[in-house]
Amino acid sequence: MAALPIALNAAQAALEVASSEGGNLTLDLLKQYAPESVPAWILPLTAAAVSVGIVVAVIALLALTSVWLERKVSGHIQCRYGPMYAGGWHGWAQSIADGIKLLMKEDMIPLGADRALFVIAPALVLGAIFGAFVAMPLSPDFFFADLHLGAFFILGMSSLTTIGVVMAGWASNSKWSLYGAMREAAQVVAYEIPLGLSLMVPLIVAGTFNLLDASAGQSDWWGMGWYIFKNPFVLPAGLLFFVSSLAETKRAPFDLPEAESELVAGFLTEYSGIRWSFFFMEEYAAMYLMSLMAAVFFLGGFESPFLHFAKAAELPVIVCNLIAAVTLITKSMIGVIVMMWVRWTLPRVRIDQVMTMGYKYLTPLALLCVLGAALWEAGKVLIFE
Amino acid sequence: MATEHKPSITFHPEPRNLPGGEREYMMDVSTSDLEVNMGPQHPATHGVMKILIRTDGELVTAAQPHLGFLHRCAEKIGENVEWLQYLPYTDRYDYLASMNNNLGYSMAVEKLLDVEIPQRAVMLRMICVELNRIASALVAFGTYGLDLGAITPFLYAFREREWLLMIFEKICGARLTYSYLRIGGVFNDAPPGWLEEVSHFCDVFEEKWQEYYDLLMVNHIFVKRTADIGVITKEQALDFGLTGPMLRGSGVDFDLRRDVPYLRYKEAYDAGAWKVPVGSGEKGTVGDCWDRIFVRVQEMMESLSLVRWCLENIEEGPIIGDIAKTLKVPPGEAYVGIENPRGELGHYAVSDGGKVAVRCRVRGPSFCNLAILEDIMPGTLLGDAVAIIGSTDVVIGETDR
Repeated sequence: MAALPIALNAAQAALEVASSEGGNLTLDLLKQYAPESVPAWILPLTAAAVSVGIVVAVIALLALTSVWLERKVSGHIQCRYGPMYAGGWHGWAQSIADGIKLLMKEDMIPLGADRALFVIAPALVLGAIFGAFVAMPLSPDFFFADLHLGAFFILGMSSLTTIGVVMAGWASNSKWSLYGAMREAAQVVAYEIPLGLSLMVPLIVAGTFNLLDASAGQSDWWGMGWYIFKNPFVLPAGLLFFVSSLAETKRAPFDLPEAESELVAGFLTEYSGIRWSFFFMEEYAAMYLMSLMAAVFFLGGFESPFLHFAKAAELPVIVCNLIAAVTLITKSMIGVIVMMWVRWTLPRVRIDQVMTMGYKYLTPLALLCVLGAALWEAGKVLIFE
Repeated sequence: MATEHKPSITFHPEPRNLPGGEREYMMDVSTSDLEVNMGPQHPATHGVMKILIRTDGELVTAAQPHLGFLHRCAEKIGENVEWLQYLPYTDRYDYLASMNNNLGYSMAVEKLLDVEIPQRAVMLRMICVELNRIASALVAFGTYGLDLGAITPFLYAFREREWLLMIFEKICGARLTYSYLRIGGVFNDAPPGWLEEVSHFCDVFEEKWQEYYDLLMVNHIFVKRTADIGVITKEQALDFGLTGPMLRGSGVDFDLRRDVPYLRYKEAYDAGAWKVPVGSGEKGTVGDCWDRIFVRVQEMMESLSLVRWCLENIEEGPIIGDIAKTLKVPPGEAYVGIENPRGELGHYAVSDGGKVAVRCRVRGPSFCNLAILEDIMPGTLLGDAVAIIGSTDVVIGETDR
């Protein structure tokens, strides 16, 4: 059922690819090797389909890895080992085994549920989060859609997941699910604002919404010209972004829509099997997405001294790309691990405290950061130019 | 708890005049309350208990505990099996504090029998009962963290509890339902090295206790979630007949071990071996959830010093008094209340001189402490409701028996 939104995303990506001048790697390759008899309009569509396939594969892999990682991290925090058996080395295949188990489970739709919404909701959630990844470059020369409004597109797509969650909660015809859905709606509305505002701060410094340009803008100072070092307001904005992204991705201590001990499982109560795992995958994909955004806009993106010296030594492009990709993945991995660390340490906050924090503290602070960053940048222009 | 039907929107055609001279047109959107069955299968009810709550959005407007899902006729069984045979059934009411339950029942029967308990047995009883109190408080602390969404403290608590269960296993062979304290004494002498291991446990536990305190008790979110929530005033606590940490959390300094002394608690208290922790409203109001849980956490340390005092004063000797295999209890009735980790556990036994009790009644602390939920839950949020249920620390095996 995930096919529909993914197809929509593919169409979206195809439009973007077709309209962008630079094109992408798959399209370039196709143009190079396709026989001349193939009509030209097929190439962008094929490129989009292939790109989406790669995105889905990469994100699914990342999600599976981080499910395993979460178990190991939680295990070690809690004086346990976590999975040790499946696959041999530290239970690396545990997520795969779980995935197979979930696929085998009976596909249940509760009586009285709104069948159509119940079925569409997980697909929408997963499709939206995968769609967001289309705009996420994997390395400076390997990307699928070089969007001019990349940051905007990603935030928009990740907000779409909320609709899926509310849909799931409503369609389940369960009181606990309804609570979960309402909490999700309230929480996300409260935290979209500080999330967007805190992201505005590095955007002001970068002067672009494009992720590749934003990353390239941090390549000075031997690859350490990260925005958090360039403007004093970016670091607090980064902290605000982290807190808001915890709430946005429903991670503890803001996991109120699920709130295991209060709402049984919140909007997930009636879901089981592969549909449930769609929500699960979405959570981990969203964690990655937010960490990648943080890495690109706050922590230097692809840039690091390694990449700087690799470029200076004129290493082959493919090696530079590899270094850049590893850099970005490592940076976002740090974000993901911190999210896990927080989850396994802190108790859950209450719903009114969540609202208070979002509206009364994070939003004004984020606004202050935007104002400060803007004034700082304006001052720089006035003084130095 | 039936809800009357109300129209969803009512218009007031008459405008209201505001002080500033403006006119305001009113429209009432009446929302109907939602009745939710919290339980019998719910992570926060600590077992098969149902709490019927009525909510207005997130706000709880009424709550009513429904019991009986785990009823196993314990008291009736007590009237049908021999005195000694009933002991294992006592393990099963409050399965987290079986040693205490054994003690309560044994003491009630001993009161009828008028038998002398050897000194070593008294000390072994005290050690086991207090270690069991620690194990029980560890579960209360851990699951309370779980209720509030902190999963890790639970596993920390269970790490130490596991060791305690191993210690119990060494002395009586069982990990949860011990039946170790028998009528007239205890069932088994401490195996070689057991007392030393208990002493070692005390040393290690003292360090671990600090971890619990730092990780959960003073955590900012935890304090925000529990301070000033579910406040039970001193008067309320006395009116509802609360006992144990629920009562002491509200600032009432009452502990059966000291005030109606049994075993050698009074002697230990006079020797300064332990104190009675009382809720002081350190983080909020006296009698809030934080106070109740902190009383339990402090009690762990008091139990630890009691165990240490017992280890110093234990002496060699017999472990069980002169008790016949087929026990015939002299006619009469006896009530003995002891301080269970959850409050006063009372056993009322009536004998007609036969092999079987005529009456065997139990006053379970969890059951009596639960009654206050109906009064303190309305007006709180759904998340607070969970915090309040957790702070009563009920064991469903005991409420239903």
